[in-house]
Formats: sequence, structure tokens, C-alpha cells
Amino acid sequence: MPSVDLASTSRRELNGALHALDPSTNETHWRVENPQGQHALAAGLDAAITVEIAGHAGYYCAGMNKQATVVVEGNAGVGVAENMMSGTVHVKGDASQSAGATAHGGLLIIDGNASARCGISMKGIDIVVKGSIGPMSAFMAQSGNLVVLGDAGEALGDSIYEARLFVRGEVKGLGADCIEKEMRPEHIEALKALLGAAGVADSVKPEEFKRYGSARKLYNFHVDNAAAY
Amino acid sequence: MCGIVGLFLKDKALEPKLGELLAGMLEVMTDRGPDSAGFAVYGAGEAGRIKLTIRGNGLETVATDLSDALARTVHASPHDTHLVLSMPADCETVARAWLAERRPDIAIIGAGKRIELYKEVGLPAEVGARFGLAKMTGTHGIGHTRMATESAVTTDGAHPFSTGADQCLVHNGSLSNHASLRRMLEPKGINFTTDNDSEVAAGYLSWKLREGATLAEALEDSLDDLDGFFTFVVGTESGFAVLRDPISCKPAVMAETDQYVAFGSEYRALVGLPGIENARVFEPEPARVYAWERN
Repeated sequence: MPSVDLASTSRRELNGALHALDPSTNETHWRVENPQGQHALAAGLDAAITVEIAGHAGYYCAGMNKQATVVVEGNAGVGVAENMMSGTVHVKGDASQSAGATAHGGLLIIDGNASARCGISMKGIDIVVKGSIGPMSAFMAQSGNLVVLGDAGEALGDSIYEARLFVRGEVKGLGADCIEKEMRPEHIEALKALLGAAGVADSVKPEEFKRYGSARKLYNFHVDNAAAY
Repeated sequence: MCGIVGLFLKDKALEPKLGELLAGMLEVMTDRGPDSAGFAVYGAGEAGRIKLTIRGNGLETVATDLSDALARTVHASPHDTHLVLSMPADCETVARAWLAERRPDIAIIGAGKRIELYKEVGLPAEVGARFGLAKMTGTHGIGHTRMATESAVTTDGAHPFSTGADQCLVHNGSLSNHASLRRMLEPKGINFTTDNDSEVAAGYLSWKLREGATLAEALEDSLDDLDGFFTFVVGTESGFAVLRDPISCKPAVMAETDQYVAFGSEYRALVGLPGIENARVFEPEPARVYAWERN
């Protein structure tokens, strides 16, 4: 298993080595020591490998991820897994703002809390937060699922499109055009699968969640406005 | 952009290392603010005496001339382009008047029983080294690295700002109603020496504290009265506080152990602190006042 110590190796060397991996590589399990909050760790990966980061990560960790599994054994800074396309990012501590922002796919698991703007403009990613999320989360969320085992802050799902939000705890406030929606059997099933993927299917029941989504009342949803184009 | 750091010690054993720890934190924030830097350190105070941190031309003769004018002993501690004057507290008013009249080119940038304040244009590591930050001791300190966006790169525009005795503030962000706040505060006797928006925030808190508010109450009120983006770290003689605007526009991370409370714009600034591996690391919530007071 390759191990890279960031106390003696630069982040560019680390990311360069990860980017250079051939899809058929046997070096599929990497460990990164002494991350010390450095930015852009394991960003831009495109190989089916696992990268363990042994500590806190800075901004944009595992950004643009494709295929890879990135595990942060600490907290992650702003924009963890931003614009992820596929793969899995698992933060064992807390995540800062804009976790999973604009991401198209893959799974982001946060064992602790995520702060403001979690899942902002998400476009297909699945996010499971085992703690609570901060204000303005899922702002303009377009597609994908955001699952929160704890509470959500103010203005959840403001101007949301078609993403599905599942919150088990309190929601401090819903943003414009975001409403509570019925939990139908297909939502229970989808939620069950997501909880399973996050490893909490045994302890957390899908029935304990409420679903939130778009009321589809804002400008873009009105057919009368189609004439403007 | 700008970077902020702050360190508030709970454990007296760390007090000899305050400057060294703060210097390390400040240097890491160079990426966020390479054009100027500044810091305030709350060191030892002497009963019955006050310290004025001044900067300007001809600092060599100030202490002697002022001693003669006051007929009292004024000690001087030079730090590169700055000088810390120590004098009997009852001399402050006369000393300020004398400086204003005789040495108008000298600026008083900090005053109080314990505060010393330094700021200069240049890379944070160079600024820290020039003033000898690593050797300074004290109970708490705050620092700022500046990437100027809305006013020139000058020493005047560098943080921290101090608008009251033993008070100082560093700011990451920008305020949009600073002009009207300034018009409100000036008739109340809050004086400003720059056009900087952050100085207005400092002045606002000084006004609230003067009116009897605690540091936490003053910051609570600022949420209603200040309009704009901000992460503030504020120091008083015995207190240390942090506040972010309601949409948490600017980054912040904190760490707390039995030995200290530390603030950084990014976690990277905190990695050199002792015991950081086991610290409680958290992101301060928007619009929530975090305040600590020394017993």
C-alpha cells in the first residue's frame, strides 16, 4: 500500500501521482499521512482506488472525484467532494461549508455535522449526513438525495428544483418554494438504500424521516413564462 | 480575502510561548493576505500605568521629551517602526495632547493597561520578525493578514484596529453601512483615524462597551446594526470573542483544549498548536457570539 507523508512530500506530488495512475493499477489503496488541513487533497481523481487521509483536510478535498473512494479521518474544509461525478467520499468528522456542492453523482457520507450550504446546487449526488446540517443547505438543489439524520438549519432547500431532501430531526426553516412532501413507498425504499450505503440501515428507520422538495411555484416552473424564450 | 488568527490561553504555562505560537499561525495565513499584517498582544501590565503603542517619525526622542513635558517617568520599548510608551495612567490625557500638538506625525494605534499593537506593510513572516512577535509573552493575542481589496496597501489600512482602551478587532469581510455608522458614532465621541470600514466596526463595539454592554452583548447588538460580510475576532483586556455574519460568508475554524481557545480562517493555521490532534475542532456557527473571559 503506497503511503505518502505530506510532511515531506508536496501536495502537488501526491495529486500528480494519483492522477498518473493507470486504470489497471494494482496500487489501489493509498494512505496520506500528515494532511494538516492542506487544500485540494486527492482532488480530480479518476481511478477506482481508495485514498485514506489520516487527519483533517482543507478546502475542496476530493473535488471532481470520479470512481475513487476517499476517506477523511478527520474534518474536511470548505467544498469537500464539490462537483463529484462518481465514487464515494467519507468524512469521519465534520464538514465545513458547501459539502458536495454542484456534484453530479457519487455518494458523500459525513459522520459528523455539515455546516452551511451543504449540497448547494447538487446535481445528482447522494449525501448522507449523520449529524446536522447548517443553514441554506440544498440551495437550488437540482437532483439527487440529501439525507440528514439530525437537524437542518434555516432556509433549507431554497429555490430547489428536483432534489429530494430527507430530514429526521427538526428543520429550522424552509427556503422559498421548499415544502414538506408525502413519504410514499418509493421514497421509503430509496431512503432505505441510502441508509444502507451509509452503513446505518440497522439503527435508523426510514419511517422516522420527513421528505422535503419543490412546490414548483417559482418562475421557472410556470408554463406562462415559457413564452419569454 | 484576508486571514485572521487568534489565541486565548487558559493555561498560564503557555503564556511565555504566546508570541511564538501566534507568529506561526500568522505566517501560515500568508496565502490569504500577503500585503500587510498586524497583531495585538495582551502582555503584562503594570498597576497604575498605561501603555501607548505609537508609530511615526523620530520615535527615538519621544520618551525623553515626553518625560520632560510631563515631569514623570516615561519608559520606551522600541520595536522596529513602533514604540511602546509606558507612563502613569493619570498622564494619558496630557500625553495625548502633547503628542497631538508637538508630534502630529505620530499615530497612537493602541492604548491600554496591557495591549500592544503592531502593524506594517509586508509579508506576515517579515512583519512578525521585525517586531519580534515570537519573543512576546501574554495571555491572548489576535492577528490579521491583509489582502487589500477596497483601500490602498498602507500601514493605516492594516489590522488590528483599536478604538478603545485595551480593545482591538480584526475583520475579514466588508461592511456596506460603515459610512452611516460612522456618522452615528462620531457625535458620540468615537474617533476614527482612517477611512477603513473595519475601524468603524471596532468603534461600534467601543461605543457599546462604553455604554455598559459586555463584549458578548456588544457583538449581539452588532448583528442588528452592521450590514455586510464579516468574521470578527475581538480582544479586550480580559476577553476574547468571535462573531460571523448570519450567512457565514467568510471562513472560520476554532479549536479548544484545556490549554487554549484558538481561531483561524483555515484549519492550517492551527496545526502548529500543542495538542491540536486532540482538540475539539469546530466551525463557529453564523450569527452566534462566542466569547471567553479570563477569570
